[in-house]
Amino acid sequence: MIYKLKPTLSAEVLVIGAVLCALVFPVQAQTSTADSIARYRELLQDDNPADLWVARGEELWKQKRGPKNVTLEACDLGKGPGVIAGAYAELPRFFFDANRVQDLEARLAYCMVNLQGYSYAEATKTPFGNGSEHSDFESLTAYIVTASQGFKVLQPMQHPKERESYLMGEKMFYFRAGTHDFSCATCHSQDGKRIRLQDVPNLTHGDVARGAYTTWPAYRVSQGEFRTMQWRMNDCLRQQRLPNLIFNSDASIALISFLAKNAEGGSMNAPGMKR
Amino acid sequence: MKFNYVLIGSAITASLAGCALLPHSDQERQFNQMMHESFASRGQAGMDRLTQDAVQKACSRSPSDGPLPAAQIAAMEKSQMATVIYPVDGVMTGNWREGEKIAQSGFGKQYSDDPALPSGGNCYACHQMAKSEIAFGTLGPSLYNYGKIRGQSPEIIRYTYAKIFNSQAYAACSIMPRFGHNAILTEQQIKDVLGFLFDPQSPVNQ
Repeated sequence: MIYKLKPTLSAEVLVIGAVLCALVFPVQAQTSTADSIARYRELLQDDNPADLWVARGEELWKQKRGPKNVTLEACDLGKGPGVIAGAYAELPRFFFDANRVQDLEARLAYCMVNLQGYSYAEATKTPFGNGSEHSDFESLTAYIVTASQGFKVLQPMQHPKERESYLMGEKMFYFRAGTHDFSCATCHSQDGKRIRLQDVPNLTHGDVARGAYTTWPAYRVSQGEFRTMQWRMNDCLRQQRLPNLIFNSDASIALISFLAKNAEGGSMNAPGMKR
Repeated sequence: MKFNYVLIGSAITASLAGCALLPHSDQERQFNQMMHESFASRGQAGMDRLTQDAVQKACSRSPSDGPLPAAQIAAMEKSQMATVIYPVDGVMTGNWREGEKIAQSGFGKQYSDDPALPSGGNCYACHQMAKSEIAFGTLGPSLYNYGKIRGQSPEIIRYTYAKIFNSQAYAACSIMPRFGHNAILTEQQIKDVLGFLFDPQSPVNQ
């Protein structure tokens, strides 16, 4: 049921959404952005525009594509070939065939290359959607993550490379650099803080860290796009004034391993909806 | 409950640290290699931005590394104080209206920003300032009525100039950027921000 497009959701809803967005976001009173999102959500009657990406992702997953003209249904996301239920909740993890720790997007790229026969460059030429062009990664992620709803986050730590990824991610979280001396921890290691009106979650432990992790990936209202964890990491590091974080790089995956470990035990509730 | 989470968090961190796979120096080397392979120069943000200065390095400790030793804190504050360049003309306060614009603007230094345009200070991201601006962050203390509360003595003005120029001169590992030291703001811009903080006409002091 959760993979089917809800009948009430249509392009009209998105147009209404865009209008509501314009109404909701001018600041009328000192309420947090989270309250505005909750009101927006209520007006959409709990529909999430991410459903459009979920539907597109399901099609992409089941469509024969690439030089080898095969579907992604034989892709092993860690639970066995083709198993998507609960797969996202236990990523990133070590994959023997790839000999590295991969998050969902790195794993999808691996399957596009090794199952469908794309070159890595072709497979990853549009990591993030940009209004005119959709990203296959965003659509596929929306579909896959939906199949983890209700599953508990569990960060695999059996393989030495999984423990290493966590430790590297921890180092990176506290790594201060660039013109502004920022690290992730600068904004995300204290409870109950805001940047302007935006709540900034403490991502190091506890319910807030779990709540943040389990509601990403998410539909981003201000951008009209579905966004993945790779996008989220990339955009945070841009704001830290660092160079461009390479899509599916080891550092991006290490950081996600660290955040996933800190959110262990939380129930996946993505796609979420964010400002 | 919150206390328990902290305890559990520390226990997990400690046990993970216990199974660290590599000696410290190898871990450092591996981390540096990962960082250099995981980023690419883009726009004005070159790979040099991954190279830490001594302060950044010392302030990158995780909770499992423990706090910075007291002697190192004192030495760092002293060395950072020595970097502060005060205005040659001795005038430290500028135009509060310009200062307000600088406090409002978060523009600058990102790879997506045009480096030809001046950066903002983005003070409102973390601080309350004028009462009329309700979209303020809370990572830093409120600066509402800054000048009204503290007065206009040369000492407090000099302190404030230095604090904005290099926040670490007074608080090692402060999360506030070193606006003058890292050339985010110009001397004139810092003076204007001081105007915004101290001028009796400024909305900060209304």
